[in-house]
Amino acid sequence: MTTATTHEGDHHDHGPATGLMRWVTTTNHKDIGTLYLWLSFIMLLTGGAMAMVIRAELFQPGLQLVEPQFFNSMTTMHGLIMVFGAIMPAFVGLANWLIPMMIGAPDMALPRMNNWSFWILPFAFTMLASTLFMEGGGPAFGWTFYAPLSTTFAPDSTDFFIFAVHMMGISSVMGAINVIATILNMRAPGMTLMKMPLFVWTWLITAYLLIAVMPVLAGAVTMMLTDRHFGTSFFDAAGGGDPVMFQHVFWFFGHPEVYIMILPAFGIISAIIPTFARKPLFGYSSMVYASASIAILSFMVWAHHMFTVGMPVAGELYFMYATVMISVPTGVKIFNWVTTMWRGSMTFETPMLFAIGFVVMFTIGGFSGLMLGVAPVDTQYHDTYFVVAHFHYVLVTGALYSIIAAFYYWVPKWTGHMYDETLGKIHFWWSTIAVNVLFFPQHFLGLAGMPRRIPDYSVQFSEFNMISSLGGFAFGLAQVFFLYIVIKTIKGGEKATDIVWEGATGLEFEQLASPAPYHSFNTAPEIK
Amino acid sequence: MVFKRLSRRLFAPVTAMLSIFFSSFAHAEYVLNMTKGVSTISNDIYDLHMLVMWICFVVGIIVFSVMAYSIMTHRKSKGAVASNFHESTTVEIIWTLVPLAILIAIAVPATATLLDLEDSSKSDVSIQVTGIQWKWRYKYLGEDVEFISSLSEENRDAVSASSPNSVEHYLRDVDKRIVVPVNKKIEFLFTSDDVIHAWWVPELAVKQDTVPGFINTSWAYIEKPGIYRGQCAELCGKDHGFMPIVVEAVTMPEYQKWLVAMRGEQAALAASSDKEWTQAELMAKGESVYKATCAACHGATGAGIPPVFPALAKSPVATGDVKGHINIVMNGKTGTAMQAFKTQLSDVDLAAVITFERNSFGNTVGDLVQPSTIKSLR
Repeated sequence: MTTATTHEGDHHDHGPATGLMRWVTTTNHKDIGTLYLWLSFIMLLTGGAMAMVIRAELFQPGLQLVEPQFFNSMTTMHGLIMVFGAIMPAFVGLANWLIPMMIGAPDMALPRMNNWSFWILPFAFTMLASTLFMEGGGPAFGWTFYAPLSTTFAPDSTDFFIFAVHMMGISSVMGAINVIATILNMRAPGMTLMKMPLFVWTWLITAYLLIAVMPVLAGAVTMMLTDRHFGTSFFDAAGGGDPVMFQHVFWFFGHPEVYIMILPAFGIISAIIPTFARKPLFGYSSMVYASASIAILSFMVWAHHMFTVGMPVAGELYFMYATVMISVPTGVKIFNWVTTMWRGSMTFETPMLFAIGFVVMFTIGGFSGLMLGVAPVDTQYHDTYFVVAHFHYVLVTGALYSIIAAFYYWVPKWTGHMYDETLGKIHFWWSTIAVNVLFFPQHFLGLAGMPRRIPDYSVQFSEFNMISSLGGFAFGLAQVFFLYIVIKTIKGGEKATDIVWEGATGLEFEQLASPAPYHSFNTAPEIK
Repeated sequence: MVFKRLSRRLFAPVTAMLSIFFSSFAHAEYVLNMTKGVSTISNDIYDLHMLVMWICFVVGIIVFSVMAYSIMTHRKSKGAVASNFHESTTVEIIWTLVPLAILIAIAVPATATLLDLEDSSKSDVSIQVTGIQWKWRYKYLGEDVEFISSLSEENRDAVSASSPNSVEHYLRDVDKRIVVPVNKKIEFLFTSDDVIHAWWVPELAVKQDTVPGFINTSWAYIEKPGIYRGQCAELCGKDHGFMPIVVEAVTMPEYQKWLVAMRGEQAALAASSDKEWTQAELMAKGESVYKATCAACHGATGAGIPPVFPALAKSPVATGDVKGHINIVMNGKTGTAMQAFKTQLSDVDLAAVITFERNSFGNTVGDLVQPSTIKSLR
């Protein structure tokens, strides 16, 4: 199988340009993937630093470090940066690196647009971050920016926030168009849809979600802008508008967005577990159908974020039923992964550890999600730390863990070097213990009655906040340690074989050398 | 021996820290689970919460045990050989249908509770709750009782001194409690003057957003007299964490007595606006009103947080024509966080706080505003 790679090498291989301009002008899917992944890492550390400010302020009751207004800016920016800056670009980076190699294509379908969709982002995030230094402070209305707090009562810097969100949206839509065009047009002969790796499938579905909902977000912020400056009253009851309509529009984007951040993760885990169980994925086609069902359901459940907003009871009943239904296809996925492990021949290298961590802790996040979906009980959970615990279990130990797992799994293919296995295992155990110390006690805080987004709290919440903060600092430090592992792996390390993992399957492992050549699959491979 | 002593010396600070850490646990009043509450609906919600949680526990234990067993036995290091099965329609159908059945089992009691929760008809007492940045206005419909409730003064001092342990109910105490009768159906009507807030008292299982321009309803039937505390649950700006709720549930006769006392207090307040106040009286009163109402934005020293919250020290409004000053305080400024305080403060409060602002923070206008002036401008 690996002989195919030498054939690749014969080609008149024009390598990358040198210097800084390589990165500015590149249209190569691997370079752009790398750029996305680095941006995402920088944003992870930036958003993480903000989380450290939040956890330091909440370490004990009383206002110690920051003003309440700045605290609100921190929670807002932390959320925006982690969602739009860390998780989403990381998945786009992985898509860029992997999709062409997985389907046997030479590059993405629209390479110049690819360059543009990346290079918009650093400007968008610079603009967003600059609001913190403006007069009146940065956005301080939460990442969900509910009107009228984000319109009539917002600081002037909100206009920069709106423009930054527009830029992020344009970038995401372009990235999604590129993914769809690549997958639908550039598969190697014989690579039928039902032969595609699940990562490709889940990204195809994700890309459609992105195209469907990013314009909705753009609409929401545009209405905000005109409400703020051009005399409209979309969200102002005094002018005939409705503040609750903002929430409907926002969550019509926001709920599919949640799945945008988790579907590619499902694809990654579905690649890693079979490799290290040395056994094919159980129920491939049911995985595809489950992913599609989750995506379709995601458009029909948005108002479960708004059970306390005062909806008609019929609406609440419908959204409750639809919401708990999502646990069926999600459950199918969990069962499929566990069955894939069953009677396999497992080894536990770092990617597998992170994948197993994902399955366990994502399931915990799923359970709390089911609890939150039961509308009458949500009366007590809503806007408390129980919700904070829930979405951090699905986004940190879910989405982020899958990204870390993907790094360890594919980095030998990208760089040609194995990462240091001991350090990788330390990273896993350190992160996993810390993240549970960080987020598990937040369930208790929420049930005991601590609302989210408060800079100071009543003293009965002291103990668990202190524990949570200690876990937070440890988890933050673990990701700085991860940065060291990443740099060490890029600089050198044991030479990786072409197949990399004993049980690995897929074109990128079976047909390409490690590191993968700058231009791969100039001639399409044969798929049996 | 030396070694032992050395290690004792080295670890002394660590053990001291640990013992402080754990002793704080011994005294702790922390809670792990949701409150059962004191209303009919809060008990139903608690039962439903426990039901769903136990289902999650059981499913979790089954799934994680299978996983753990597999991880322990099906490993290459133990010589496990991978089998090759990867498809079974029967199994897939089973694990689609079983969760579906469980969901239906949850949905039945959940529907009943939700229908009950949303039915606030046939109430005995109606209270309108208005969220205002960052306090609550309560209006007892048909009872002619209306007041504003905000963070208590000693709590404000504890916040600015950053000493949470100096007060008994840090961030959970108010200047005026809302008093309600037990064993009566109390209807709450929620609205807001500015942004969206959420009125939440866990023991009553009432959490409802207050939306400007709209009215939401909820209800409680409290079965046990007592004092129940909660706070705002929807991010509403800078002082979102500092707008507590205290509900005192009492017997019906006590409730009636309280209503009478409140009416008397309000009448006395109205009468006091006809009296002539001295500069010293107004300044003293004004300072406490300022601390409770204005300091959140304009700062304890009148420095504000420009440009969003302007300074009052040397400000053109506070040192200029008194009519302009009275106008902005009474009617607010549209498009900003400056509220129309004539709906929140009494004539005396308004007169006092305006007088205070004109003669503090280095402002030396010297004039004073009488409550009667404010009354005539209403």
